[in-house]
Amino acid sequence: MTSYHLDHLQHLETEAIHIMREVAGEFERPALLFSGGKDSICLLRLAEKAFRPSELPLPLLNVDTGHHFPELNEFRDRRAQQLGAKLIVRRVEDAIASGAALPAPGEVSRNRLQIPVLLAAIEEYRFDACIGGARRDEERARAKERFFSFRDSFGQWDPKNQRPEIWNLYNGRLNPGDNMRVFPLNNWTETDVWEYIRQEELEVPSIYFSHRRPCVRRGGQWLPVNAILPPRPAETVRDLVVRVRTIGDIISTGLVESPAATVDDIIAEIAAARVTERGSRADDRASEAAMEDRKKAGYF
Amino acid sequence: MFTEEILAAPPVHVPVGILRFNTCGSVDDGKSTLIGRLLYDSKSLLEDQLEALERSADLTGGGAINLANLTDGLRAEREQGITIDVAYRYFATPRRKFIIADTPGHVQYTRNMVTGASHANLSIVLVDARLGVIEQSRRHTAIASLLRIPHLVVAINKMDLVGWSEARFHEIRGQFEAFLPRLDLQDVKFIPISALHGDNVVTPSVRAPWHPGPTLLGHLEGVHIGSDWNLNGFRLPVQWVNRPNHPTDARLHDFRGYSGQIAGGIVRPGQRVLVLPAGLVTTVKEIWTYDGSVPEAFCPQSITLVLADDLDAGRGSMIIGLDHHTGTGTDLQAKVCWMHSRPLERGKKYFLKHTTSTVQAVVTELTHRLNIETLEPEPAPAALAMNDLGEIRLRVAQPLYYDSYAVNRLTGSFILIEPGANATVAAGMLLPARAAVKPEMGDFII
Ligand SMILES: Nc1nc2c(ncn2[C@@H]2O[C@H](COP(=O)(O)OP(=O)(O)OP(=O)(O)O)[C@@H](O)[C@H]2O)c(=O)[nH]1
Ligand SMILES: [Mg+2]
Repeated sequence: MTSYHLDHLQHLETEAIHIMREVAGEFERPALLFSGGKDSICLLRLAEKAFRPSELPLPLLNVDTGHHFPELNEFRDRRAQQLGAKLIVRRVEDAIASGAALPAPGEVSRNRLQIPVLLAAIEEYRFDACIGGARRDEERARAKERFFSFRDSFGQWDPKNQRPEIWNLYNGRLNPGDNMRVFPLNNWTETDVWEYIRQEELEVPSIYFSHRRPCVRRGGQWLPVNAILPPRPAETVRDLVVRVRTIGDIISTGLVESPAATVDDIIAEIAAARVTERGSRADDRASEAAMEDRKKAGYF
Repeated sequence: MFTEEILAAPPVHVPVGILRFNTCGSVDDGKSTLIGRLLYDSKSLLEDQLEALERSADLTGGGAINLANLTDGLRAEREQGITIDVAYRYFATPRRKFIIADTPGHVQYTRNMVTGASHANLSIVLVDARLGVIEQSRRHTAIASLLRIPHLVVAINKMDLVGWSEARFHEIRGQFEAFLPRLDLQDVKFIPISALHGDNVVTPSVRAPWHPGPTLLGHLEGVHIGSDWNLNGFRLPVQWVNRPNHPTDARLHDFRGYSGQIAGGIVRPGQRVLVLPAGLVTTVKEIWTYDGSVPEAFCPQSITLVLADDLDAGRGSMIIGLDHHTGTGTDLQAKVCWMHSRPLERGKKYFLKHTTSTVQAVVTELTHRLNIETLEPEPAPAALAMNDLGEIRLRVAQPLYYDSYAVNRLTGSFILIEPGANATVAAGMLLPARAAVKPEMGDFII
């Protein structure tokens, strides 16, 4: 006899597919934010599951900060092509050149500058919904997210005044200029993501796996040696066997020393880990409410 | 950092089953502290989270860590020491996975409590042992009952502040038991705890030898989780019509599938189904999924159904099995939880979203309002104010195909949306329909 029971991943999967189809059903001009990172790789597979055998009914959008790991961009372009998906890339460099984004004196990080670039792309294409791969377990401001997260015409998140979200009935109604951010992976944990990658045999960028790389010790973590912020004479530089756990910009992504060479290794490593995934992101550690502040300004 | 030894360790035991629960009760009863305590004592916190907790203790708590800061993730929450919106946390013990919704107690944010509770299999209602049962304790218990959450735990908290008095525990338990018969709750458990000090949360308390157990976590790990889903009548609300319109591939050129998440029952190829609102009967030709055709699919799987005949169906249509028909009608009776500061009144118009269809609705009658003091219905109120629970009648512009909420959560629930502002103003639970659907024609023949 069949048991009519879904396991944990099947459960998360059907929830996410339902949400994606709600987006396709309720919005005129949706887009999917695809960075090439592990969460958005899962999103793409879920989009295939939601919409095949049709073409994906939404383009992929990526904001290129100019500080991406080169491995990530190569993977992003290749994956979009494999899927026959339309990929739109908007670059922070271009926004700086045109004056649309203004770096403060001495501001090297592209963390803040990517926000106006994203908002400009939403405006340019008149996207009314953007699907993103953020998860509630990443960070405590994100733990407050809805599946359908309303943003006003300035792209702002108002966490004190979110729409109630009851059962699986999502309210997607918008007035002109409003925008919805949609997070199908809200209920997924880091382990769930890797178990799904294993189950679906998804390719991920090589930097998630153990490799040898020159690293510089900075702010209590190992960062990849890079040309944007090269090592200063007083800094320690080492050749280490490392991997990334979460991918941000090359100047702020902490690397963990790890021999994990396969997805199985990564799953075992996370089970034994003593710090959270975002513990390796300098951009989150900037202050007590760094993520909340960025989200209020229009970040994911 | 990570040794070879760890990587070579046998795969961790995968816990079976997920329990989704939420904490509720009045403001400051200790809900967030309790969640923090659960995570802390079950060793679910990692080093950077503990460090962050200690950092914020130095800034705001004069050195003592504040466990509520783990879920109070917004700056305004930490500054005011209250929870504003639901926070979701994920943790696992060797026996089970848990999804926690820490919901706010403040009456102003009841809508967020409803949000967190609507997915729960179990609700923990906290009561401050000094205050006993107060209005918010009753309101949240009534909401849990209305949402038909199968299990309730009444955690009588801050027992340290009443000297672990067994008499006080029984007094509060008595206050609860006095009104529980007026609600629809099957399984209620009472546990005396101190969230702040950890008694009976993860470890049994030495200060309450009169409590035979279990601890809260012990109960959460052991409670029976039944299926949330109705497997009796097949229902597929159509979300999206899948039409590749492929220019060259002949098979894909003609492909037309109805994509959706099964909201009830089981479906197999060859099965006869009724397509609504067209009212036509046809046969399931194929259950298409990305991973190949399947011989069977069930609630709540997401599938794409290919039918034997080309019919008029689209988003908002419902495909159902012939064995259990849905109810139908334009005159609906429902229980509602009102969530907006503009009151619900007779004659007001809203959008009603039910499964995948959104229709216009007008309120035709306010049948009753639940008095939270007595938990008795008061007939014919003039309005339902924010946070009121009641029963109403609505008329909708197109017939709805639905079940009662008691029979099927997915096809028996709706939300009301206020036109213009687009706010979600009510959660609705449908009462049984007076008529069932009937197919217009026996067989569909082209
Ligand atoms: N003495 C004592 N104090 C407690 C206990 N549990 C919580 N508190 C205190 O009660 C206060 C409120 O706790 P919270 O956890 O923020 O209350 P809450 O129920 O989450 O409040 P809202 O979310 O705003 O509704 C804090 O000062 C806690 O330290 C307990 O068991 N004993
Ligand atoms: Mg709280």
